[in-house]
Amino acid sequence: MSLARGRPSAPEHQPASFAFTEENLAEAKATIAKYPAGRQQSAVMPLLYIVQRQMGWVPVAAMDVVADMLEMPRVGVYEVATFYTMYNLEPVGEYLIQVCTTTPCMLRDSDGIADACINHLGIGWEETTPDGKFTLKEVECLGACANAPMVQINDDFYEDLTPQTMVGLLEALARGETVKPGPQNGRHSSEPEGGPTTLKGGA
Amino acid sequence: MLQDKDRIFTNLYGFESPGLDAAKKRGDWDGTKDIIAKGQDWIIDEAKKSELRGRGGAGFPSGLKWSFMPKQRPEGQPAFLVVNADESEPGTCKDREIMRHDPHKLVEGCLIVGFAMRATAAYIYIRGEFYAEAVALQKAIDEAYDAGLVGKNASGSGYDFDVYLHRGAGAYICGEETALLESLEGKKGQPRLKPPFPAMAGLYGCPTTVTNVETVAVAPTIMRRGGEWFASLGRPKNTGTKIFCISGHVNKPCNVEEEMGIPLKELIERHAGGVRGGWDNLLAVIPGGSSVPCIPKEICDDVLMDFDSLREVRSGLGTAAVIVMDKSTDIVRAIWRLSKFYKHESCGQCTPCREGTGWMMRMMGRMIEGNATIQEIDMLLEVTTQVEGHTICALGDAAAWPIQGLIRHFRPEMERRIHAYRGSAAVAAE
Repeated sequence: MSLARGRPSAPEHQPASFAFTEENLAEAKATIAKYPAGRQQSAVMPLLYIVQRQMGWVPVAAMDVVADMLEMPRVGVYEVATFYTMYNLEPVGEYLIQVCTTTPCMLRDSDGIADACINHLGIGWEETTPDGKFTLKEVECLGACANAPMVQINDDFYEDLTPQTMVGLLEALARGETVKPGPQNGRHSSEPEGGPTTLKGGA
Repeated sequence: MLQDKDRIFTNLYGFESPGLDAAKKRGDWDGTKDIIAKGQDWIIDEAKKSELRGRGGAGFPSGLKWSFMPKQRPEGQPAFLVVNADESEPGTCKDREIMRHDPHKLVEGCLIVGFAMRATAAYIYIRGEFYAEAVALQKAIDEAYDAGLVGKNASGSGYDFDVYLHRGAGAYICGEETALLESLEGKKGQPRLKPPFPAMAGLYGCPTTVTNVETVAVAPTIMRRGGEWFASLGRPKNTGTKIFCISGHVNKPCNVEEEMGIPLKELIERHAGGVRGGWDNLLAVIPGGSSVPCIPKEICDDVLMDFDSLREVRSGLGTAAVIVMDKSTDIVRAIWRLSKFYKHESCGQCTPCREGTGWMMRMMGRMIEGNATIQEIDMLLEVTTQVEGHTICALGDAAAWPIQGLIRHFRPEMERRIHAYRGSAAVAAE
C-alpha cells in the first residue's frame, strides 16, 4: 500500500519512554539551528535519523519526544516516520540487507542476488534471522545502476555483485569481518570495466 | 568525440581526491569572486548564451528559469536555491558521482547560481540512501566554509551565502520539486498544486528555485569558459556536455561525460563496450531513465542523444540514463517492473495515480504470461491516458509512458503471448 508505507510495531514491542543521549541531544539541537527560526519542523527527518542511530529503529515514544522538541503535532511526526521508507518502525538485524530489484538491476540478474540472499540466510523479505544478525529487504532503485546489481548494507553500497560474491559477502559479515564497500569485481567506481575510455591522461 | 579538455567533471571516477586542494588544482574556485563581481545579469546572460537546459529531466532553459526569481523582495525576506539531489529515477546514477568525487563543483555552483538568483542560502536535498555521498558533500561544504569560500562574505565577494545539506529518507516522489519542498519543511513529500510556482512561493513561502545537481555543478565552468564555449558543443538548443549513465545489457556499464547529441550507437559502442552479443542483439533502449518510453533497435540505430532528437521519436532525454536491453530480455516483465516501481512510489494524493498505478501494475503482471485478452491491451492503453495529465505532479505521466512505449513498439509480442496463453489454456481444457 502506498498510503500506509509503514506501520509502527505492535504496542507490546514499544518501549514506554525514550530519551536522547547527551551527545545526541546536542547534535539534535545543532541540527535544528540549520533551519530558520520558527521553521524547526524542518529538522524532523534528521532528528528521526538520530533516533534511529541511537536505537536501531524508531519507536513511537521517540516520535513523541521529537514532536515535543519541535513543537509540532505528534501526528505530523507519525506521518513523516511512516511515509519515508528508510525509518525502521520495528527493530532490524545488525545488518540490514537491502536488495535493489528495479529494472536496471533486474537486467543484470538481481533475481540471482535476491535468491542467493534468501537461500543463504533462509529468510524471506522483511524477515530477520533468528540470531538477529541479518534483516532482508527488497527495495527500489538505489541509484547505482552503472554498477548493477547492487545491495545496500546499513549505510554502504556493495556493487557489481554476482550470486557467489553476494554469498561471500554475507559469510564475511557473519564472521564479523568488515568488507570494503563499492564494486566487488575490482572496478574503482563507475568507469567502464578494465579502465576508463576518457580522462586517461589525468585531469 | 568530446575531448578531455572540454570535459567538466574531470574527477568523475574519483581517481583523484575530492578534497578542496585537489579540486582547486582541477580549476574549481578559480576567480569565483570575479565572476560574482560581474553581477547577476551577466551570469544569467551567460547561462542563456550557453543554452544550458536543466539536467534533471525536463530540460527547461536554465538561464530563463533562474531569471524568474524576483529582483526585489520585502525587507528581511529570504530566498532560496534548493538543489535537487534526490537522484532516484531508475537508471540514473550521475549526481552521485558528482557529489562523492567532484563535490566542490556543486558547492561553488550553489554560490554562483544562488547569487545570480539573489538567494540567501542553498539547501541541497540529497536522497537518504546516499550516505557516503552525503558525508563527502558535507566535508566539501565544511572545507568551503573554513576557507571562507561560502558563508559570510563568500569568496571575498561581499555576498553572504550559506549552504546546507538535508538528507531525504527514501521517497522517489521527493524528486518532484514541490514534494521536495514539503519534505524540506518537515512534512510528507506530497506535491503541491501550482500555481503558485516556487519562484513566487516556495520553501517557507519564500521565493525558491529548485534545480538539479548537474545543472548547478556545470555553472562555474560555463562562467569561466563562457557561454559560447558551452554552446559550441552539441547542436543548437541541445548544447554542452552531459553525463550519460549506461546500464543494462552492455559489456561495460558506466557513467561517462560526452557531448550532447552523440549518436546512441556510438555512445554505447565507444564507452560501454557495445551491446552484449553485438549491436544486432539489441532489442530496445530506454534512453532517459525509467519514465521515458523505450525505443526499439531500428530507432536506436541512428538516433542522437539530445532533448529534441529523442522527442522526435516520441521518447525523451530525461536524465540521460540509458537502459539497454538485448534480445534475451523479457521486455514485458522489464516494463512491468517499472510499473511496480511507480505503484510503490505513488504518494497516494491523487486518485488517478494512487489507483491507476496499482491497476496498471496488475494488468502488466497478467501481460507477462499473456493471461489477458487482446482488447485488454487497448484497455490498458486507454487507462494510461486516463492517468496521464490528470494528476498534480508528473508521476502519473511517468507511470503511463513506459507502458505506452511498450504497446507502441511491442504490441505484436504482447499479442503473441496472449495467443500462446489462450492456446495452451484451450489445450488444457480439452
